[in-house]
Amino acid sequence: MAVGDRVDRVDAIAKVTGKARYTDDFFRPGTLVAKYLRSSIAHGRVTGLSVEKARELEGVEAVFTYEDVPPIKVATAGHPYSLDPAHADVADKLLLTDRIKHLGDEIAIVVAENELIADEALALVEVEYEEYPALTTPEKILAPDARKIHEDSSNVVGEHQYECGGKLDEAFELADLIHEEQYYTAMVQHVHLENHTALAYMDDLDHIVVISSTQIPHIARRVVGQALGIPWGRVRVIKPYIGGGFGNKQDVILEPMVAFLTSKLDGQPVRLTLSREECMLCTRNRHPMDFEVKLGMKEDGTAVARMVDVISMTGGYASHGHSIVAAGGSKSCLLYPRMTIGYHARTLYANIPVGGAMRAYGSPQITFAIESAMDDAARKLGVDPVEMRIKNAARQGDINPFSKLPISSCGLVECLEKGRSLIRWDEKREDYRNHKSGKIRYGLGVACFSYGTGTYPVCVEIAGARIILNQDGSIHVQTGATEIGQGSDTAVAQMAAKTLGIPVENVHIVSTQDTDVTPFDTGAYASRQAYVVGNAVYKAATELKQKILDYAALLTGFPAASLDLKGESIVNITDNNTSVISLNDLALSSYYDKEKGGQLTADVSHKTTTNAPSFGCTFVDVAVDIPLCKVTINEIYNIHDSGVIINPVMAKGQVEGGMAMGIGAALSEQVLIDQETGRVHNNNMLDYKVPTFTDVPDIHHDFVETVEPTASYGNKSLGEPPIISPPPAIRNAILDATGVAVNELPMSPQVLFKAFKSHGLLKP
Amino acid sequence: MNKIITFTVNGKKRELNVDVRSSLLDVLREIVGMTGAKEGCGVGECGACSVLVDDLLVDSCIYMAVWADGKSIRTVEGECRDGKLSSVQKSYVEKGAVQCGFCTPGFVMASTAFKERFKDKTFTRDDIRREHAGNICRCTGYESIIEAVEQSMEED
Amino acid sequence: MFPLKSYEKAESVDHAIQLLQDNPEARPIAGGTDVLIRLRDGKTGYDHLVDIHQLEALRQIKTDEDGTLVIGSGVTFSMAMESELIREIIPILSTASETVGGPQVRNVATIGGNICNGVTSADSASPLMALNTVLQLEGPRGTRLVPIAEFYLGPGKVDIGQQEILVSFRIGEKDYKGYYGHYHKYAMRNAMDIATIGCAALCKIEANQLTDLRLAYGVAAPVPIRCTNTEQAVIGKPVNRDLIREIESLVEKDVNPRTSWRASKEFRLQIISELSNRVVTQVIEKAGGRIE
Repeated sequence: MAVGDRVDRVDAIAKVTGKARYTDDFFRPGTLVAKYLRSSIAHGRVTGLSVEKARELEGVEAVFTYEDVPPIKVATAGHPYSLDPAHADVADKLLLTDRIKHLGDEIAIVVAENELIADEALALVEVEYEEYPALTTPEKILAPDARKIHEDSSNVVGEHQYECGGKLDEAFELADLIHEEQYYTAMVQHVHLENHTALAYMDDLDHIVVISSTQIPHIARRVVGQALGIPWGRVRVIKPYIGGGFGNKQDVILEPMVAFLTSKLDGQPVRLTLSREECMLCTRNRHPMDFEVKLGMKEDGTAVARMVDVISMTGGYASHGHSIVAAGGSKSCLLYPRMTIGYHARTLYANIPVGGAMRAYGSPQITFAIESAMDDAARKLGVDPVEMRIKNAARQGDINPFSKLPISSCGLVECLEKGRSLIRWDEKREDYRNHKSGKIRYGLGVACFSYGTGTYPVCVEIAGARIILNQDGSIHVQTGATEIGQGSDTAVAQMAAKTLGIPVENVHIVSTQDTDVTPFDTGAYASRQAYVVGNAVYKAATELKQKILDYAALLTGFPAASLDLKGESIVNITDNNTSVISLNDLALSSYYDKEKGGQLTADVSHKTTTNAPSFGCTFVDVAVDIPLCKVTINEIYNIHDSGVIINPVMAKGQVEGGMAMGIGAALSEQVLIDQETGRVHNNNMLDYKVPTFTDVPDIHHDFVETVEPTASYGNKSLGEPPIISPPPAIRNAILDATGVAVNELPMSPQVLFKAFKSHGLLKP
Repeated sequence: MNKIITFTVNGKKRELNVDVRSSLLDVLREIVGMTGAKEGCGVGECGACSVLVDDLLVDSCIYMAVWADGKSIRTVEGECRDGKLSSVQKSYVEKGAVQCGFCTPGFVMASTAFKERFKDKTFTRDDIRREHAGNICRCTGYESIIEAVEQSMEED
Repeated sequence: MFPLKSYEKAESVDHAIQLLQDNPEARPIAGGTDVLIRLRDGKTGYDHLVDIHQLEALRQIKTDEDGTLVIGSGVTFSMAMESELIREIIPILSTASETVGGPQVRNVATIGGNICNGVTSADSASPLMALNTVLQLEGPRGTRLVPIAEFYLGPGKVDIGQQEILVSFRIGEKDYKGYYGHYHKYAMRNAMDIATIGCAALCKIEANQLTDLRLAYGVAAPVPIRCTNTEQAVIGKPVNRDLIREIESLVEKDVNPRTSWRASKEFRLQIISELSNRVVTQVIEKAGGRIE
């Protein structure tokens, strides 16, 4: 039984020995280096550009400017193509531009022999700007006289509003308590360890090969084709090992440019690797959001109504645009589904770095607002925050008010009960009553989340799997799923082994994605792969197994229905599982028998038309040092219902990594933007405070395993969800410890300083 | 501006004519051809390029290649010998301390330095944390890495 | 690749001085953790280097006959952390060294570089200020001895000529014997960070009286500073809660923190005053004082 086992990662040895090759490891001498000329302002227009001196510098191969690129605007979001134009992503990005929309916007690009020459050339370029006021806040962007950031669009990229689960005003009438509050979440960053990088060359006169660190090779292929105005089949995207993405590589950022450059330079290899500073300034970020929440509660803690009004800023380009705030809103409806829910969201262009997909796609922001409001209400009502959540939590069979579909599996109440007992909630709550004064105060916090698995019905969920029986009786599996570190290759191997009935050691995985070769799949995002690719693997493995048994029947004369594949043999199940032929002999026969057989393969493409809800919660115990404005996490637990756990070691890794990222977002991480100029202060790893080894406490987790009926292996999303609930849980623990409601993220020392001062905990 | 330097990489002697403007990381990746060490920031803030120079952990991105003259360099490629993983590497595999793997070569060297320094000493989880703080990992939350280091200390 | 225009390796201190004289644009590089980063960032003034990396003469840690502790400028933070002599005589410097960057940085970054780049956040600066350290500089015109407090001229500016090399830090016996010290680095992270505020204190206690106090801060002003007014006001007083409160209220007048995007002046003042309380309390307790 491979599914559920502690199987070592299939790529672990390659990675611990340094043998695993990432995009930059495909370096060849002679590869040209490209570097962008980026704007030094956040909003304006280029009025003069002189690149002659740069072009003349020895070692410079070419300089291209906004005048040299195709006049085609593309949407960079790594979404599937939409057949419905009304639902298509916003196409607003040219390869280079003179209309500056954020600091670091791309004006020109230098291609040179090496990086030093490229830098030298960039220093020789002269740029003149007409600068406009930077629109960096909703007030400035929505002002009646605000300049349009994109000439052909309003500054509001998207807006929608709905009510579900009843009539909102009627539901608020039923409330004993109405709690209204504003919340804010700052812009944060992925900070994957491998920066964005891509390399392109041509191996004939028509086909462009792009090697890229991407989560979405097949989508990248399409967008490169669109951006260059060439047939998509002429583009080949190869994804080797990739050093993390967390959503930032679910956007097509460098691939069209490197493809353009090699196509202009006779197919010479060109590499475009962003520095850490560029990567942090000019790729994607988590959208900052402003919330107004109105929550209606009964005296006993029953939630009856909730209205959330949110403004999200997407920065200079739309990228995933309004999809993020929309997805975050709809996924949050699952959490407390027996209440009436209203939602109004707007997404704005802004002269700040671009927002895009980041782990959990809008849910962390929305859940922070909702779960903070829940605790504020619990405090006002004098009810226990855990009891209140158990009372309102989703249960299996509840109707999701947004989709009107029943919740197919749900272990949220069990997660809450488990967490409460693991952290010794009742005991510590009693104990901490004596620690609410003095310099160091103690508190407990809890928060829940709900999430989906995949993007259906908003987008198509297509996944491909191909399985081949090798000559030696082992199998090769190729899927369209993109391994980005989350472990999908290993999960796929375990799934294929389970369905076929063979040992997982006999499964080989092709990790590299190559759009000329690999089955189509849209890529790694939305915690979809183990779910939708799982369905495809199941289908392919079932089909291959039948072919193997049919061929065994032909070879042995036993009816196929009496045969099964167990380990490395075909066995007769009607005769005590005695072996009738080894898989190795069967494989050799299938390849080399002169009359019968043939290569045994299955190649399927499967569209999943369901979406599985997943749930969980965080429990945290904190100490707050009031005079030093610092929070110490004494103990923290995430409890997840992710359906069946495919691999406990890898699942643990997803949870721990997500929690650490959540702790960073809660306490230290923030892209610091100057509101006057749109300049970014901290686009480097010293000043942007990703938690170091010394900043993350021991991390604990547990699972409540349900069986999701729509998944072939019973599993649900797990890659993204662990990041969602730690920030509101920590916020609620600070509230419990100090009585101070901190309504913004991150709750950094400076934010706590302001909050403690205004609540009189520090001298004014 | 070139200079001939002599050093050993994973025990093998190398004599190279290097541009004095190169970092040790540039030379390892582009001349020696060992791409295990990675560049994650270029300024010593992430540790992905960590190697051992005379058994001392350094960020090879901010270490001039000429400084390696006469020294002994160890990289992740040298830690697996005769098809056998080092105890650190083995523990990383078994404890799930590897995800995307980009920080892993640097971490393996940091843990190797830790193991060699603390092998006969008592140590705490705080010591492990402090001595790995120059290596950033964004995937694991460090928990599985700390478990791997603890396991590696119990093995030869 | 670093955009270097010239590079010369020095074989000795005299050779380094000669090479600096030969090229007026050159400056020394030791550990490289500041210089190479600035060079990579394209900052001007770093593209001609005289290499004093691991120059043996600059890496000694010893005491002179008169008891003066001499620490070479090329001593790395890791060496300072591990040196038995430093741990015994001025453990405050080992503690401060532990707070610098991460292991990789501490293994190559030097204390000399930390002081010579003139930043107020240098973790070694406030302990060395509290220790009344004297800097020994060598140049074409011989030796200069400069007290550290006079070495800092302004943000990023120190009293060192283009042709001079900082050779060592000298701490006299009278400045360490009988003193107990502590350094607290307040930063956003527990490692790999620059100090929001650094606080160093040394004290001497006799019969529960504060016979000396040296309180120094980093980032509390454009350069590292000593709180001389506070020190003078409290030296000689009995150790008790009032004393701590007095120090906490006095330090604000000795400091001049600035608002930057990293932290506001008000926030820094809060941390400065709270750290004066905690760090002084800690050194008094280390020195055997009883706060009643």
